[in-house]
Amino acid sequence: MDLNTVADVRDARLREPWQPGDAWLGGGTYLFSEPQPQLRRLVDLSRMGWEPLILDPDGSLEIAATCTIAQLYRFGRTLSAEAAPLFSQCCRAFLASFKIWNMATVGGNLCNGLPAGPMISLTAGLDGSCLLQSQTGATRTVKIVDFITGAGRKVLQEGELFRSVTLPARALDCRTAYRQASLYGLGRSGALVIGTLDPVDGSMAVTISAATVRPFRFWFPLPPTKGELRRVIEATVREDDWYDDIHGLPEWRHHMGLRLAEEVRHELTQLSRDGVR
Amino acid sequence: MSFDIEVNNQRFEAEPRAGQCLRTYLRERGWFGVKKGCDQGDCGACTVHVDGEPVHSCLYPAVRAEGRSVTTVEGLASPEGELHPVQRKFLDAQGFQCGFCTAGFLMTTAALEAERGTEHDDGKLADLPRAFKGNICRCTGYRAIEDAVRGVRHTERPCAGKAVGKSLGAPAGPQVVTGTARYTFDVEVPGLLHLKLLRSPHPHARIVSIDTTEALRVPGVRAVLTHHDAPDTLYSSARHEHPTEDPDDTRVLDDTVRYVGQRVAAVVADSEQAAEEGCRRVEVVYEQLPYVVDPEKAMAPGAPVIHEGKGSEVRIARVENNVAGEVHGEIGCVADGFAEADVIYEETFRTQRVQHASLETHGCVAYFEPKEDGTGERLTVRSSTQTPFLTRRALCALYDLPEDEVRVVAGRVGGGFGGKQEMLTEDIVTLAALKLRRPVKLEYTRAEQFYGATTRHPFTIGIKVGARADGILTAIQMRVVSNTGAYGNHGPAVMFHSVGESFAVYRAPHKKVDAFSVYTNVVPAGAFRGYGLGQVTFAVESVMDELARRLGIDPLVFREKNIIGPGEPMHSPIGEEEDLHIASYGLDQCLDVVRNTLAEDESSAKAPEGWLVGQGTAMAMIATGPPGGHYADARVSLLSDGTYDIAVGTAEFGNGTTTVHKQITAGALNTTEDRLTIRQSDTDVVRHDTGAFGSAGTVVAGKAVLLAAGSLAERLRTFAARHTGVARHLCVLGAEAVDCAGRVVTLKELHEAAIAAGAEEEIAADGHWGGSPRSVAFNAQWFRLAVDPDSGEIRILRSVHAADAGKVMNPMQCRGQVEGGVAQALGATLFENVRVDDRGEVTTAAFRRYRLPQYADVPRTEVHFMETTDAIGPLGAKSMSESPFNPVGPAFANALRDATGIRFTEMPVTRDRVWLAMDQRRRARSAGAPAGA
Repeated sequence: MDLNTVADVRDARLREPWQPGDAWLGGGTYLFSEPQPQLRRLVDLSRMGWEPLILDPDGSLEIAATCTIAQLYRFGRTLSAEAAPLFSQCCRAFLASFKIWNMATVGGNLCNGLPAGPMISLTAGLDGSCLLQSQTGATRTVKIVDFITGAGRKVLQEGELFRSVTLPARALDCRTAYRQASLYGLGRSGALVIGTLDPVDGSMAVTISAATVRPFRFWFPLPPTKGELRRVIEATVREDDWYDDIHGLPEWRHHMGLRLAEEVRHELTQLSRDGVR
Repeated sequence: MSFDIEVNNQRFEAEPRAGQCLRTYLRERGWFGVKKGCDQGDCGACTVHVDGEPVHSCLYPAVRAEGRSVTTVEGLASPEGELHPVQRKFLDAQGFQCGFCTAGFLMTTAALEAERGTEHDDGKLADLPRAFKGNICRCTGYRAIEDAVRGVRHTERPCAGKAVGKSLGAPAGPQVVTGTARYTFDVEVPGLLHLKLLRSPHPHARIVSIDTTEALRVPGVRAVLTHHDAPDTLYSSARHEHPTEDPDDTRVLDDTVRYVGQRVAAVVADSEQAAEEGCRRVEVVYEQLPYVVDPEKAMAPGAPVIHEGKGSEVRIARVENNVAGEVHGEIGCVADGFAEADVIYEETFRTQRVQHASLETHGCVAYFEPKEDGTGERLTVRSSTQTPFLTRRALCALYDLPEDEVRVVAGRVGGGFGGKQEMLTEDIVTLAALKLRRPVKLEYTRAEQFYGATTRHPFTIGIKVGARADGILTAIQMRVVSNTGAYGNHGPAVMFHSVGESFAVYRAPHKKVDAFSVYTNVVPAGAFRGYGLGQVTFAVESVMDELARRLGIDPLVFREKNIIGPGEPMHSPIGEEEDLHIASYGLDQCLDVVRNTLAEDESSAKAPEGWLVGQGTAMAMIATGPPGGHYADARVSLLSDGTYDIAVGTAEFGNGTTTVHKQITAGALNTTEDRLTIRQSDTDVVRHDTGAFGSAGTVVAGKAVLLAAGSLAERLRTFAARHTGVARHLCVLGAEAVDCAGRVVTLKELHEAAIAAGAEEEIAADGHWGGSPRSVAFNAQWFRLAVDPDSGEIRILRSVHAADAGKVMNPMQCRGQVEGGVAQALGATLFENVRVDDRGEVTTAAFRRYRLPQYADVPRTEVHFMETTDAIGPLGAKSMSESPFNPVGPAFANALRDATGIRFTEMPVTRDRVWLAMDQRRRARSAGAPAGA
């Protein structure tokens, strides 16, 4: 929709001082989807020229904030890493159409911080960290599980720029399992669980998102038993961490979170026991 | 800074506004094929290609289109006008109804076709549920769209006089698929001003003062209208032939607001931006008043009185108790009936608030044009309405204008579902236009549709039914409470209708009802497909299923024992409707369809392992038109080129009446559809038409057209006989000429002869139908479901619908109506829910918060038509537009009961609630408590 209070669009490359009423313009798919009467200027990131996806020599993957979902999805389809299926699985978890993927950005989804944000699920599940840059130019690195602090809440400061998110090589080499539940056919995630099994040391991580107000990543030096996994989740996720909104009752999300976590654990341990991929 | 963009091979250099999206940029350049369904990226109606990539143009920052090439639906065909294959396929399959979403589906499908075989092809075309995430169609139920994508052809081109009963394509089809059909806002009006509404933040408040000074200082703001500018007249926003059906409790702008979202002031400006800014600067001082959002509490003593001070002349049943309307009645004595019963079942059912969600929002454009007689100007209101004539009547009454000074016209309307049987924008826009003597437009946002239009009425139905051990009903009793929200509009009429056919379809010696339509401080409810019947049918059909189970009788057999038969009187405790008859009876056939399906069905095999499987049926009866008179005039004329002109008042919003009217005329005049043009939904074209509601498009307006066309056929033969001297019975009307015993007089010649003879009246004829007597139509729905007990996920294994539409005028269209009705009802069954908070404020004012059925949610429904011919309806036809909705919810709930053992009494049955109910029962069982829900 038209954002009628916006009087100016500035090129982010100019690095002009941040003002009240400014907002970073990534893909625009969130900003233009709701009235934003508080906004006066958009600071456009589209000409930053950031390489959308860089595979670093150490095997880690750096995803620019401005990488579109379509670019990420296409990259995932050609990626040979063990964790590659997760890319398309998480892209498909978007409520939004593939047409939105042509505009929406990875950074935008992360900065929205919504529990159902599938890029949060993906990057938290793969142990990602983001690079943030303040208005003064100072940078800091934050784990994605720490970047999101609640439903729509994140540690981003006013005017701070979300530059990129990096997924470590170790995570990309993991075997993965994925489960998603929604109240609707191909709908917004009510629970999304990602499991990773590290082939180097046999450690397992289970990341619950969408069912909870923020992503929870559970790491086990060795795959847990069904009971252990459940106990750890129940001991860590407080009752009010199970998200309560129109896309699922918290009791259901709690149940689905546990169920999908167990399915993921089971899938990864079955496969490793059988030695089959 | 220069700007350069190419749209459909044309260059544009106008610079967009900083915060403008591509959608409005394109529409401002005249590319009206780009539609606004939601303006939020959820519905896909605005899909265009930017440098070949499909995007939702409502989210695309226009400034980013700099230097790019954009293709809209208007650019899809070749420059020579040859249709794109996708356009051709959507025409052939008629993959649309109202067509408002069609450009989005076409542009999306075209992109999928283009992607096929490229490196980016990920199989979307073979996986349409995924491909059409983010493309919403409210009318079709998606089957027609799937067939279009797959290249299935459904349209037929019948030969002369043979159109009735054939699948003629919609006359507007070519315009719909090329983006050239003109909907309400697809017009350019020079000097147009834009109106935006300031809405109440409080559920109930008195306006102490309004200061418009700052708003008027905003550059471009032309006027700010408040209650000081509005007439004192009280009226109803509901539109009925007889305005006295509805309480007059509404003012154009009031000094009291009664729900969060009620309009407080209107700002009129040169642009929407200025009008919005003006709204932000109006300063209002409110005195907040106590409020109530629960209808039972609203009726209780001491509740805040929402329409305090209004007198009996406004026809509110009990102002002091917030009762807008009520009805109480008993036939026989239910106490006796329950005493005779061997089994009594009593339960309370609840239905939620649902939005029509027509993809075209409400709104209108008012402008002035010279009167034809040269005596000055008149006001023309182009509106997204189902009732142009009744809206003109209301505007004239409100502003004391003679009818010849107001014209109301509807373009193609982008969906209605009852929501546009209401005057929600025309009143305020007319006020502004009259005050400023300038053209004015108001176009609702999608959010405004949720908090500033109307919803389906939420109902609470307490129902008690008794039966003997042999399965014969002894008594039916209901207490119905319908929440009409802050205004009465359709409230009492919906309440009456809800307890009519729903009671009458079952024989029982004792029936009793107490029904209330109650005011609360919530967005008003209004007319919605089914008009109250669907809500009560949910209760009645759930209870019949439950009673049958408790008696150990097959629910189908139980129904057959108790349903009314052909020729039987229809008894409702609110009295008999004298003009209502069973002029054709297909209910037995409907139940046979279910029985036969059950006998051969093997869909259980498709259920995933460990899932629970169940099946259930529900049925419904509906009158084929509203009570109390529903009038239609039509005129059919022979034109000088030998073709015909049909003038009819009713509106086209995807219901397909235009097609049916053409078929009826083609049949009566022994011609083909390409020789017919229709002028419609315009107060200029005929004397009167009550409107396109109450399922009247075929049976009322269609009957008027049939009478006019039949009468014209006779006149043409008579005149041809006079003209040639051949005996009248030897003159045969053909598609191009009248064959007068071998002497062929072309219709062109006949027209010339009539003009020469001054016999214009011989080549035109009028038809009129008063909508009475009326018949009844029947529907039955059957589902087999599988339910995952550990997640609540429900899969529809099979869906079958039996529809008694009498003689089916157009099988393709009628099937589409049924499928669309089933899909819309599935939405209301599975997830649709307009939620309000404890102040009555709507919290789900967007499609991303209010889930509509998407492609992935809707299964194929097998549609069966019954072999009946109605004695009242035109050529044996009955209506089939509202009624398919009504049995769907209870059939689903009955199947869910069969699968899970749990009786769900509240809609919607979302996966989380289904799981929770099963989980609670598991816990109760393991705790040793007695089983049951």
